[in-house]
Amino acid sequence: MTISENLPKGRVALDYAPLSLSVRDLACVRGERPVFSQIDFDLAAGEMLTLKGPNGAGKSSLIRQVAGLLDVSGGAIELLGAAEGETVGDHALYAGHLDAVKAPLSVFENMAFWADFYGVARAMIDPALACFALAHLVSLPASVLSAGQKRRLGLARLALIPRPIWLLDEPTVSLDVTSVARLADLMRTHLKQGGLILAATHIDLGIGSRELHLGEAPS
Amino acid sequence: MTAFLTLVLRDIRLATRVGGGGGMAVFFFLIVLSIVPLGVGPDLNLLTRIAPGMLWVALLLSVLLTLDRLFQADQEDGTLDLLSLGPVSLELQVLAKALSHWLTTGLPLILAAPMLGLMLNLPISSMWPLVLSMAVGSPALSLLGAAGAALAVGVRRGGLLISLLVLPLYVPILIFGVSATRNAVISAPGDLGDRSLMLLGAVTLISLVVGPIGGAAALRANFK
Repeated sequence: MTISENLPKGRVALDYAPLSLSVRDLACVRGERPVFSQIDFDLAAGEMLTLKGPNGAGKSSLIRQVAGLLDVSGGAIELLGAAEGETVGDHALYAGHLDAVKAPLSVFENMAFWADFYGVARAMIDPALACFALAHLVSLPASVLSAGQKRRLGLARLALIPRPIWLLDEPTVSLDVTSVARLADLMRTHLKQGGLILAATHIDLGIGSRELHLGEAPS
Repeated sequence: MTAFLTLVLRDIRLATRVGGGGGMAVFFFLIVLSIVPLGVGPDLNLLTRIAPGMLWVALLLSVLLTLDRLFQADQEDGTLDLLSLGPVSLELQVLAKALSHWLTTGLPLILAAPMLGLMLNLPISSMWPLVLSMAVGSPALSLLGAAGAALAVGVRRGGLLISLLVLPLYVPILIFGVSATRNAVISAPGDLGDRSLMLLGAVTLISLVVGPIGGAAALRANFK
């Protein structure tokens, strides 16, 4: 079963406005330590860029800079094709190390919050949960989920909210093989719909992707 | 607007489900005001005289107790990152936080205040001024508190820091609140009490602007 069968019709037909990212001479300094500098890349609609590099090379920092969650220390991140005044953050979904899952709320309530917050129809929740095989857990409180299930619940937001730019920071951590395949499927569908993916990952997801190697962290 | 209400409802739901929010604050309010007569002694006249001040001080402290989790819970599980990328400006999000904080903490405290006032021998006639002044002033506690909580969001165990940041800001609310309550007790109603109430309302209105803007700026600074 592929993801596209799971997604509701409206979602599969979805095509994003052609956005593209242009990053020039990007630099990052954390705690007076230069992490990386002179990073250049372009990312067009339907493309994926994988960030590779050792721990501390700045993969997470780069993704947070693109999302607008961290100040750039130099250089520029430009979003082309968007309306005046819109930032990458207005078009991006970010999935970081933390799952942003509220333990006291049920699986469904967690998703319902994000659906309502982004103005997505609640009918989209079940298909999004099905993408990560969470449908049988809807009424459980998120506090009893395993680490992998929490991660899947966090990632199910990607299937729920239609935003073109996905910024994924180690999305496969604590996922089992089946779930990694489901994620890869979802990412392929997203690229086909004209989405952009910037991901940091150590494992090969089997998606045709360019790679950007961030340097060895100076010790 | 939907997103704003969604945030408010989520926070109310989280507060009621987790506990530790409004319920705890009310119990703290109750306990602090129960030990006042024990400490001061059974001098009814004295209790009447200090009742407005004690009620207001206890209100400030009870509100302070609940501020530390306001943004920190969202920060710790990564929700804050996602919220900041959402379709609602951070200013409105801080306002939503303050509103749900007031509904889950301020409102129960106001409702409990008359009963505790009785314990401090506050005359029945001044119950209404007490409730009215708290209703007017307590939103400012949540609004300024939200800004303080936002400032301390990156600090582990920032509860004490929040108290140090926020309590000085609460001083005008305390002064006008107590004076609005006390004047209604001592002098004729409609005298100075009303003017204090208006000043208290002014503080709340200022907080309505300063709180969300300051809180959002503090949250943005935390991302740097």
